[in-house]
Amino acid sequence: MFQALVNPDRFMAFSRWAAPLFGVIALVLAAAGLVLDFQAPPDYQQGYTVHIMFIHVPAAFMSEFVYVCLGVASFLSLVFRHALATAAARAAAPLGAGFTLLALVTGSLWGRPTWGTWWVWDPRLTSVLVLFLFYLGYMALEAAIEDETKAARAAAILALVGLINLPIVHYSVVWWNSLHQGSSLLRAGGPAMPAVYLAPLLLMVFAYMAGFGALWLVRIRGEVWRRRAAVLAMRAAT
Amino acid sequence: MSRGDRPLITDFSLTLNAGEAVALAGRNGAGKTSLLRAIAGLIRPSGGRVVFRNGEAEIEPDDAVARDTHLIGHQDGLKLSRTAWDEVLFQVLWSGGATEAAKAACERLGLGRLLTLQVRKLSAGQRRRLALARLAASPRSLWLLDEPLAPLDQDQRAVFGALMAEHLAHGGLILAAAHDPLPIEARPVEIGG
Amino acid sequence: MSGFSLILRRELALSWAGGGGPFLALGFYVAMASLLPLALGADPARMAGIAPGFAWLVLALASLLSLERMFERDFEDGALDLIALGPAPLEMTALAKGLAQWIAIAAPLALLAPVIVAALGAPTRLTPIVVTCGLIGGLSFCFLGGVGAALSLGSRRGGVLIALIVLPLFTPPVIFGAGAIEAFVAGLDWRTPLLLLCAYSLGATALCPFAMAAAARNAIS
Repeated sequence: MFQALVNPDRFMAFSRWAAPLFGVIALVLAAAGLVLDFQAPPDYQQGYTVHIMFIHVPAAFMSEFVYVCLGVASFLSLVFRHALATAAARAAAPLGAGFTLLALVTGSLWGRPTWGTWWVWDPRLTSVLVLFLFYLGYMALEAAIEDETKAARAAAILALVGLINLPIVHYSVVWWNSLHQGSSLLRAGGPAMPAVYLAPLLLMVFAYMAGFGALWLVRIRGEVWRRRAAVLAMRAAT
Repeated sequence: MSRGDRPLITDFSLTLNAGEAVALAGRNGAGKTSLLRAIAGLIRPSGGRVVFRNGEAEIEPDDAVARDTHLIGHQDGLKLSRTAWDEVLFQVLWSGGATEAAKAACERLGLGRLLTLQVRKLSAGQRRRLALARLAASPRSLWLLDEPLAPLDQDQRAVFGALMAEHLAHGGLILAAAHDPLPIEARPVEIGG
Repeated sequence: MSGFSLILRRELALSWAGGGGPFLALGFYVAMASLLPLALGADPARMAGIAPGFAWLVLALASLLSLERMFERDFEDGALDLIALGPAPLEMTALAKGLAQWIAIAAPLALLAPVIVAALGAPTRLTPIVVTCGLIGGLSFCFLGGVGAALSLGSRRGGVLIALIVLPLFTPPVIFGAGAIEAFVAGLDWRTPLLLLCAYSLGATALCPFAMAAAARNAIS
C-alpha cells in the first residue's frame, strides 16, 4: 500500500481502481446520510432549515481537513522533493477552496433564517472566511510564478506557514467573539447534539471525505499526466 | 542539470586542481551560468555531485562555498543609490576581507578616484571592476566567474589578467564562462552540444 | 555576529537611501486617516468610537507597503546571490532584514499612531497602549510581511500578491492588538490580549526567518 503512494506508476495503477471506489462509497454514504437527515424531526429552534447543517458542517470540517492534507503534502514535497507530493498539494488546493466556499455559502443561507442577516461575524464563519483567503493566497501565489518548480516550492512554504498559523487564527477568532453556537460536533464532553442528528451528520462527513478522496485521486492523476505530457513535449522540441 | 523541464547538461564531468583555470565555452543558454551556480550551491543538480577536496580529504560543500569560493555573476549586485566605496566595502567585508585590502584592491583596479561617486554615476566597465574588487581583497581559493570581462577594455583586461595569473600562481582555481578568450592560459571545456 | 550586524546596518542605510525611508509609509498613514472623516461624515462621537480600531488597521496596511522592496532590490541586481554565499546563513540575513524593516518603518508608524488616533477624536490617554501595540504588533507585520515578500520574488504581481498572501496571516495580531486597545478604552482586561500579541510577535520573529530564507533560496535557484 505504501509503495503505491511512493512509486508514481504504482500510484497510477492504485488510483485507477481506488478513485471510482471512493466515489461510489461517497454516493452511498451521502444517500444514507440524506435519508436519515430527512427522517429526523425538525429542530425546535431552527425548523426545517436545520437540514442545511448537514451540508454546511461537513463542508466546514472538510475545508480544514483538506488544508491539513495540503500542509502534509507540501511538507513532503519540500523535504523529499517527491513529484507525487507536489502533485498532491497542487491538486488539493482547489478542492479545499471549493469546500470552503460551499461552507461559506451554506453558512450564510443557514444564518439568514436563524439570525436574520446574510452574514454574521461569528468565530466559526470568520475562521472559515480567513481559511478561504489562505486558499486563495496559495492558488494566487502558485499561478503568479512562471517557473513551475519554483512556484510549487513557494506555494508549499506558504501552505506550511498557513498551517502553523491556522490554530492561532482559530484561537484568536474565538477569543474575539462568540455568537455562533459552539462546535457542537467535537466538544470535550462528547457531541452536544442529539443522537438523531449525529448519525446523519457523521455519515455526511464520511461521505464528503470519501468524495474528497475520489476527487483528489482523480486530480492527482490529472497532474501526473500533465507533467508527463509536458516533459514529452519538451523532449520532442529539443 | 535541468532548467525548468528542459534538461541542460547531461553526462558531464570536470576536475579542477589547484593552479588550474578552465574556460567554459558554449552557445548562450547551454548551461554555463547554471553550472557555475550549481557549483556554488545555489542550484540543485538533478543528478551527480559537486565535490570539494583539500588534499585527500573531502570538504563539506557548504563550508567550501561560504568560506572559500567567489561567485561573480552577470550582474554586479551594486546598489545605485549608494557610493562606490560603501558598496565595495560591503562586498569585501561580507566575503571576509578587510577594509585596507578593499582600499588596496580598488587602487589596483584603477578605481581610486571613483570611490566617492554614487554607483549610478559609474559606467558599466567601472561597475564591473568594482564588483571584481573583492576577488583581490578577500582571498578565496575558487573563483567562479560568469562573463567577468565583458564590459572591460583591453587595458583593464590586462590588469585583471595579471590578477588572475597571481591567483593561479598561489594555488587558486578559476572556472570561468566567457565568450571572449581569457587573458590567461585556460583549458577550454565545451558545454552543451 | 559581525555578518548579522553588517547586513543590518546596510539594510538600515538602504531604507533611507532609496525612497525616503519611512516617509512613504507615514504619508500613506496620514492620507488614509484623513479619508475616514471624509467617508464617514465628521461626527466626532462616531469617529471616536471607530478611531482606535481604524488606526490599528491602517497601521497594518501601511506596514504592508514597503515590504515589496525587502528582497526585491537584492534579487533584481544580483546582490542576493552574494548575500546567500556569505558568512551569515540566509536565516540570519532574513532576521536582519525583518528587524531593519521594523526599525525603519514599523517603529515610526507606531510613534505616529497615537497622533492619528487623537486626530480622529479618541482620547489621548490611549497613547501608551497604542504605541506599545504598534511597536510589538509591528514585529508581526514586518516578519509575516517579509515571508510574503520573499515568497513572491520572481512573480509578476508583486504588491497585491503580497497583500493577498499576508493579510489573512495578519488576523491574529490584528485581533490581539485591536483587542488590547479596545479593552483599554473600555476599562477591561487589556493585559491578556497584549501578552497574546507579544507571544505571537516573538513567535513570528523566531520562525518567519526560516520561511523567508527558504523562499529566498527557492527564488535564486
